[in-house]
Amino acid sequence: MIKIVRNFARRIFSGVFKKKGEVKLGFYGSPNAGKTSLANRICQDWLGEDLGSVSKVPHETREIQIKEKVVIERNGRKIEFKLIDTPGIATRIDFEDFMKFGMKKAEAQDRAKEATQGIIDSIKWLDDMDAVVVLIDSTANPYSQVNITILGNLVARNIPVLVVANKIDLKKSDIKKIRGAFPDYEVVGISAKSGENIEEFYEELFKLVKKV
Amino acid sequence: MAKEKKKVIKNGREDLTIHFMPYSEIAHEDSVGRIKKILGIVLKNKIVILQGRLRSDEEAKLIENSMMLIGNVPGFAGIEIASLSGENENRSLFEGVRRNIAKILVGEQDAITVIGPASVVKDITKDPKKIELMLSRK
Repeated sequence: MIKIVRNFARRIFSGVFKKKGEVKLGFYGSPNAGKTSLANRICQDWLGEDLGSVSKVPHETREIQIKEKVVIERNGRKIEFKLIDTPGIATRIDFEDFMKFGMKKAEAQDRAKEATQGIIDSIKWLDDMDAVVVLIDSTANPYSQVNITILGNLVARNIPVLVVANKIDLKKSDIKKIRGAFPDYEVVGISAKSGENIEEFYEELFKLVKKV
Repeated sequence: MAKEKKKVIKNGREDLTIHFMPYSEIAHEDSVGRIKKILGIVLKNKIVILQGRLRSDEEAKLIENSMMLIGNVPGFAGIEIASLSGENENRSLFEGVRRNIAKILVGEQDAITVIGPASVVKDITKDPKKIELMLSRK
């Protein structure tokens, strides 16, 4: 509790002295929700380069990845972002799960070890964000405790949050279910892969930044 | 005092222990104490059914601590966790205020939280009204 109060005070003071326009934007969510895909989409749109690699194997991002000086322009207004792509947060890591993707035992064990450290880092970095985009796979059950825990922690830290329902290009996508699960949040549906609805995402992102 | 109920999984498989934890058992603990108590039980391969729920920062800390144990405790692969809130979407304004005051004073006791070791609980599926546990057949 003391930590939350301290962080809140730090946010107030850092907000006063912060360089105008620089927004630390975190990407959070479960593994394979599409955090890196969306970060890559943004980087491609505004820098012409990727931020990180993506894979169907869970926990492809196992270290915090940062891209600075990403300037996004909308309706004549420019905002400079520092994009912070975080490893997917999970409650379980079993190296045997990686072996199902054809990895050898040693490789799977290494990946599991890195993934656990990645989750610890993701949680620690929650304190350093100005605003956060929470990615949710719109084809999956949204009521996972990880989503609820992430959102609860952001609210407790008074960090503005935008919920992004990703993978709307897939047949199984159910954005109504995501909106039903998180009625207190703004939810925007996109496909980070195809770029579908990305303009609406930028629109909501600029609204989010106003709350910082 | 915590009540324990033992169930035997049929077909000669391992015993499964469910630990029912009333909120009073953790009410006077600090966050570290709560997490330690819960993880201590989970590490014994037991499923904890907690009356109430942890705060979101405590849940994050529980996940963080679980991650630190993976690789250091043989056979431990993390946890599965789900909470079901007693929130009623159609509550009145008065009911909402009353609940929020109660939450501040005594914690969210009308929720239920299930926490189990990932080696025992294969998956937890949740919807707004129910939690289902799929157990591993080991």
